[in-house]
Amino acid sequence: MSETHIKNYSLNFGPQHPSAHGVLRMVLEMDGEIIDRADPHIGLLHRGTEKLIEYKTYAQATPYFDRLDYVAPQNQEHAFVLAAEKLLDLEVPRRAQYLRVLYAEIGRVLNHVFNVVAFAMDVGGMTPMLWGVEEREHLMEFCERVSGARMHMNYFRIGGVSKDMPAGLSEDILAWSERFPGVLDDIEELLTENRIFKQRCVDIGVITAEQCFDWGFTGPNLRAAGVPWDLRKAQPYDAYAEMDFDVAVGQYGDSYDRYLVRLVEIRESLKIIRQCLENMPEGPVATPNQKVTPPPRAEMKTSMEALIHHFKLFTEGFKVPAGETYTAVEAPKGEFAVYLVSDGTNRPYRCKIRAPGYPHLQGMDLLCKGHMLADAVTNLGSLDIVFGEIDR
Amino acid sequence: MTTVDNDTLAGLEEVKERVEAALSQDVLDTDIVLGELVVTARREAVVKVLKFLRDDSSCQFKQLVDLCGVDYPARENRFEVVYNLLSMTLNRRVRVKVHADEDTPVPSSVEIFSAANWFEREAYDLYGILFAGHPDLRRIMCDYGFEGHALRKDFPLTGYVEVRYDDEQKRVVYEPVKLTQDFRTFDFLSPWEGPGPLPGDEKARRTEGDG
Repeated sequence: MSETHIKNYSLNFGPQHPSAHGVLRMVLEMDGEIIDRADPHIGLLHRGTEKLIEYKTYAQATPYFDRLDYVAPQNQEHAFVLAAEKLLDLEVPRRAQYLRVLYAEIGRVLNHVFNVVAFAMDVGGMTPMLWGVEEREHLMEFCERVSGARMHMNYFRIGGVSKDMPAGLSEDILAWSERFPGVLDDIEELLTENRIFKQRCVDIGVITAEQCFDWGFTGPNLRAAGVPWDLRKAQPYDAYAEMDFDVAVGQYGDSYDRYLVRLVEIRESLKIIRQCLENMPEGPVATPNQKVTPPPRAEMKTSMEALIHHFKLFTEGFKVPAGETYTAVEAPKGEFAVYLVSDGTNRPYRCKIRAPGYPHLQGMDLLCKGHMLADAVTNLGSLDIVFGEIDR
Repeated sequence: MTTVDNDTLAGLEEVKERVEAALSQDVLDTDIVLGELVVTARREAVVKVLKFLRDDSSCQFKQLVDLCGVDYPARENRFEVVYNLLSMTLNRRVRVKVHADEDTPVPSSVEIFSAANWFEREAYDLYGILFAGHPDLRRIMCDYGFEGHALRKDFPLTGYVEVRYDDEQKRVVYEPVKLTQDFRTFDFLSPWEGPGPLPGDEKARRTEGDG
């Protein structure tokens, strides 16, 4: 029988594929089972967040940030409030800075735990998912106790945070942080040296440091390629300058290194969480400038001025001086930034959201070329893609 | 508040002088605002400016972290394309700005930064800014057959069409937007001024002898 010529064909991956991490439609050009070209089509979750924010006051805009990367909502809020505070030239009380760092790190653990276990499920491991999600539940309980909402916290406010921690929460988080490394060890024991897991991950989706720069990779994906770059260290914001932690760095830039970097980062985050709880200063949790933050409720019952402030803040909002800033934070997925342009009114003129996942997903073509179809799933999982922030 | 320390400012000052000296023909303006360096480039020269910022040893802005459009309808060139660059070796950031309008394309920077590809597609999709030399300038965020550019200031927040599943035709249909309640936007900026001239106002301004 003569050799038959196999024509390239295109394959539709998603948008309803369980391992597409949401609503990704990827058109794959296949040469047999080898991927020739990957063309991700995004935008199926596009909600026009940036447009909506232009029609909202600054305080009304923060909840939109929770709904971007819904796996770690706090970290997005953080970038926006820092940007607005920069334009307002506001000083945030120390306790509020510590609370923000504490919850930003809880967000990081939330994200990394979920990514590690979901990644394990992508490549065939079921059990870590069950264990990891249980731990996430505990963390979301801590979020609920401080803000009233499990996921979409709206806890970080311009000028501080919305509420102080209730009594007993600090001890509970501390107790959890002592117990949690045990769970992490269990997950690691199932995965790190697992033969099947390594077969699926090692040398899959290798990206070099130079390619990372060119393609705009940041966060764990960049660090896995051996670049020790972390905004928490390089351009510290809030109380990060006072925290003692290490930056996890990989070596080969493959899917396995990205997984390892995230695992180490969870442990480093636990260090920061513990430091925050131990050194938490006393004091107010929001700036006393009543032109920006609402007055305490008790005061509103007796003071006319406080009542007027409250009314004005929740109808008109505050005006932000004209100017623009690009403010970035180290979100769990990488550099999350807000390019905020103010024209001096009570609404942002332009609020560009720089989501780390956006350039990461763009690199899919680079990562997948020459790999098998099943490796596309590995790459996607190891890049840590969440569509809320990519489609915006 | 993020404080900007003096070392960072001195570093930005150094980059600013370097850019002014080397690219005096291509750069319209350089400024440091709120501790952030902003370089406004001539549209035609943007690729050259970006390349210089990437390759020059005192700049080394190797990463294009963000690219976006901004719309200022009152200006002659209504769009601003904003490039945010990051240097990890020197720990600095710079913002490059270029002005454009609906018809004149901006030279694409995909050849210098691969990351620019999707960012430029997004700016094209949401603002209609054209990029000359872009390998694949398609829509990216909005629907495949979408008309208009959603983030322009003159594009209504509610859009023009809405989509629903039609049970009779057994497919998704597009229809003009029907709002059950008028679109509400409150102007809080001048709460004490009236909505404009009231009937009878002209009498108050009428001078003697007009009739």
